[in-house]
Parts: sequence; C-alpha cells; structure tokens
Amino acid sequence: MQGKTILLVDDDHDFLDQLEPRLLADGFQVVRAEGQEAAEQVLLAGTHFDMAIVDLMMEYSDSGFVLCHRLKKADTNKPVILVTGVTAETGLEFDAATSEERRWVKADAMLAKPIRYEQLKREISRLLA
Amino acid sequence: MDRLKVLVIDDEPGIRMAINRSLQNYVMQLPDLGSTFAFDVIEAGTGEEGLECLMSQKPDILLLDYKLPGISGLDVLKSIVDNKIDVLTIMITAYASLDTAILATKRGAYDFLAKPFTPTELKSALYKAGKHLMIQREAAKLAAERKQVRFELLSVVAHELKAPTSAIEGYLMMMRDRVLGDDLSKYDHSIERATIRLHGMRKLISDLLDLTRIESGRKQRNLDSYDVMAIAARAVESGNELAPDKNVTVKLADGDPIFMTCDANEIELILNNLISNAIKYNKDNGQVFVELHEFKSSDAHTITMAVRDTGIGMTEKEQERLFGEFSRIKNEKTRQIEGSGLGLAIVKKLVDQYYGVITVNSVPDEGTTFTITFKFPTSF
Repeated sequence: MQGKTILLVDDDHDFLDQLEPRLLADGFQVVRAEGQEAAEQVLLAGTHFDMAIVDLMMEYSDSGFVLCHRLKKADTNKPVILVTGVTAETGLEFDAATSEERRWVKADAMLAKPIRYEQLKREISRLLA
Repeated sequence: MDRLKVLVIDDEPGIRMAINRSLQNYVMQLPDLGSTFAFDVIEAGTGEEGLECLMSQKPDILLLDYKLPGISGLDVLKSIVDNKIDVLTIMITAYASLDTAILATKRGAYDFLAKPFTPTELKSALYKAGKHLMIQREAAKLAAERKQVRFELLSVVAHELKAPTSAIEGYLMMMRDRVLGDDLSKYDHSIERATIRLHGMRKLISDLLDLTRIESGRKQRNLDSYDVMAIAARAVESGNELAPDKNVTVKLADGDPIFMTCDANEIELILNNLISNAIKYNKDNGQVFVELHEFKSSDAHTITMAVRDTGIGMTEKEQERLFGEFSRIKNEKTRQIEGSGLGLAIVKKLVDQYYGVITVNSVPDEGTTFTITFKFPTSF
C-alpha cells in the first residue's frame, strides 16, 4: 500500500491540513483538491491517483454526491470514500454499506465526521487491498 | 372554499329549520385572510342528542338554545368545558334575558343571540364567530410554521458550530499524536488555525445573538434624530483599523450632515457589516467608498447609503443567495475568508425595520456596491 496516491477533496482546508500529514506519515502520496471544481480539474488533467476521499457538502450541498458519480464514471474500479458530518446532525439517513445503497450513493464507504483516523486507515487498507 | 359545520341544538323544529334555510346558501368572504367559506348545518332537538352530535360530528360552531326539555343549555355548556370539546358556542336566549346571556358567556359561550332573531342577525353572529375561528386557525398555522423555522435554524447553527469544533479537535489530536514530530514550532500553523476557528465561533455566537434579538423585537431601540454622516464617519474610522495587513483604505465622500430618525447603533451595525465585508472580500491595496445622499421631494424624504468596493465581486448566481442566513459564497477566491454567514442577514433584518430596500450590484473581479434606500413619507 506504500506509495499509493490518495486524492483528498474538501473545501475545509483544516480537514486537508490535518489529514494530509497523517497520510504522508503512513507512506501515502496525497493530491489535494479544495472543492468539487478543483477535484474535477484534477480528473480533467489526468493526474494519477489510486483512490479518493471526498467530503459531501462543499460548493453545493450535494457536491460530494456529484463528484462521487463523476469519479466512478471516470473509473469505476477506483475506490471512493465519502465523508460527511451531515448524517449525524440532520438525522438524514444514508449509507454506502449495502449494494442497494451503493446503487445511488456512488461511494464504496461512508464515514461520519469527525473522522477517526484509525477507522479511515482501516477503510483505506480494505479498499486498496 | 372552506366549510364550517354548525350544530343547532333547539327543541323547536321551526327555529332549526329557519336557521338551516338561512345558512344554506350563505357564503362568507374574509378578504383580509383571503378565505371564503360556507356552512353545513346539523340539527339536534335535545341537549342529550346534541352532546352526542358534538362528540361524533365535531362541529366548528354550536348554536345552543338556553331552554331545552331535558338537560338545559347551561348543562350542555358545562359538558363542553369539562370534556374540553373544541367548539365555538353561540347561546340562543329569550329576548330581554340579559342575565342569562352574561351567565352563559361566563361559563364559556363565545357570544349570544336574542330570540326572536332575524336572518341578518343570525348571519352577522355567524360571521363574527367564523372570522374568529379563521383567525385562530391562521394563528395556529403561523405558530407551527415558526416552530419549523426555529428548528431549521437550530439545525444549521448546530452544523455551523460543529464544523469549527471538529477542526479544532483535529488540530489538538495532531499534536497529541505528534503527527509532525516533537518540535512544538512545527505546530505553529495548527495553533494559528485553531485560534482562527475559535474566533470564528465567537463571532458566530455574537452575530446569532444580534439576529435573535432583532427578530424577537426585544432589542431596545432608541429612536431619535441622528446625523447619519457622523455615524458613517465612525464606521469608516473603525473600518480603516480592521485589516492593516491588507492595506485596504476606506473613504467617506464629503457631505453636509444628514438627519434621520433612527437608532444610531442599528445604522452603525449596518454600515460596519457592509464595510467589513467590503474589506474582507477586497484585494490587497484595494479601496472602499462610502457615500451618503439625501433627496427631498414634496411627498418623501429619501436617504441612500452606498458602500462600494474594488474587490473580487460576485456572479449573478452568487448574488441571489446573498441575504439568506448562513449563505456564504464559496469559491476559490473566498475560501480563505472567515465569516459567520450571518452579516448580511443581520443587515437585511435591520434595513427591513425601517422599511428600507437594499440592493446589490456586482461585477466579478471588479467589485461590489451595496446600496440601501430609506424612504420616509413627508409628515403633514
């Protein structure tokens, strides 16, 4: 898993600033994108990455859903993790745990914010295995 | 059209029939509430039968005769109160027995109608009762809506407070886990960011308190005639101290004093918010111009306040969402700018209190102008 590149997408740069050094310390490479539009630029430029971690609410409240869809359309085999603080606060229930749910949430896993890094790392290992 | 159910409890079939006939084709208009309604009449000959109808048919209005063969009208009234039956009662009493009418009103009747009554008198009593019911229902609907708005606002506030809390927690965890090593100076950026997020939270809380105070109408207002040019001068002065690093200069266009009946703090809060936005969303070495004007015509005194900046500007799509609570424009140019998302919502609420109008004119990368127009009809 060492040397794999992760595309990290969030408009909250604090989240990026906190996650990036941890991922680097664990031997990953990181490509940062500060929002949906920036991530789409990365896709367009053809920059290499092995998986993506995407926040849900960015420029628009559904930016994460849209981006997941586009990422999967570009390469259906590249794992995508959707992170959001929305579910816990609003009681809006959605997940990417079953194949039924993954039919409309185009992500391989969903994690609630605040993220526990150990849990995120487990998901990354599972998806990149 | 709404339909109101009217139950008539009277032992005289003639009266019941007369009431039924007068109300059959009667349509009531309430232009103020924008509603129209008609009546459906149910009849009962005794108090006992009437109580059964009250339970099973749930009428909106009850026309209740005082003198009934079995249990009396007052007994029926007592049952209604005891069983908390939701109905508006109009007591039918014999002419000239005012005491009975007063007694009935004391025991929960809404109104009374003296026998014998004309169809017009009947209709006007029902008009009054119908209007009362409609207003009550409208008020209940508004209260429910307000509760919903409150709930939505609280959810958004929870979200807006949770985001910085998570960020601050994240930086603390980085330090706890020594992610950047043992050298404390490596964490300068983390500490700086955590501090900025804390400031943001504090600003959000104080803005929120301002907003709720304005909305609740509990904010003490000191209305008097103030020179708004002098208020603007103060706002400009504090604006110039706001962001020395950015080197944005704020200028007030010269002019004679302009007197306006207002609360000086409110006008200062409006201008402070607009000026601080004009600085925040400006470019380095940018400029902010504040201009006040007044126009007097035969029927109105108009005062305008404009705050123009040479900043990053907005697209039309972004401008549409501007005055909503917690709507912040998110794009590449604004992501480093902190804000509670409440500033313009506060400005809008304050301007509304003076029946003023705020407009925005913006060109991306050139700048934005906010203009407030206050119009006071000239007093006679």
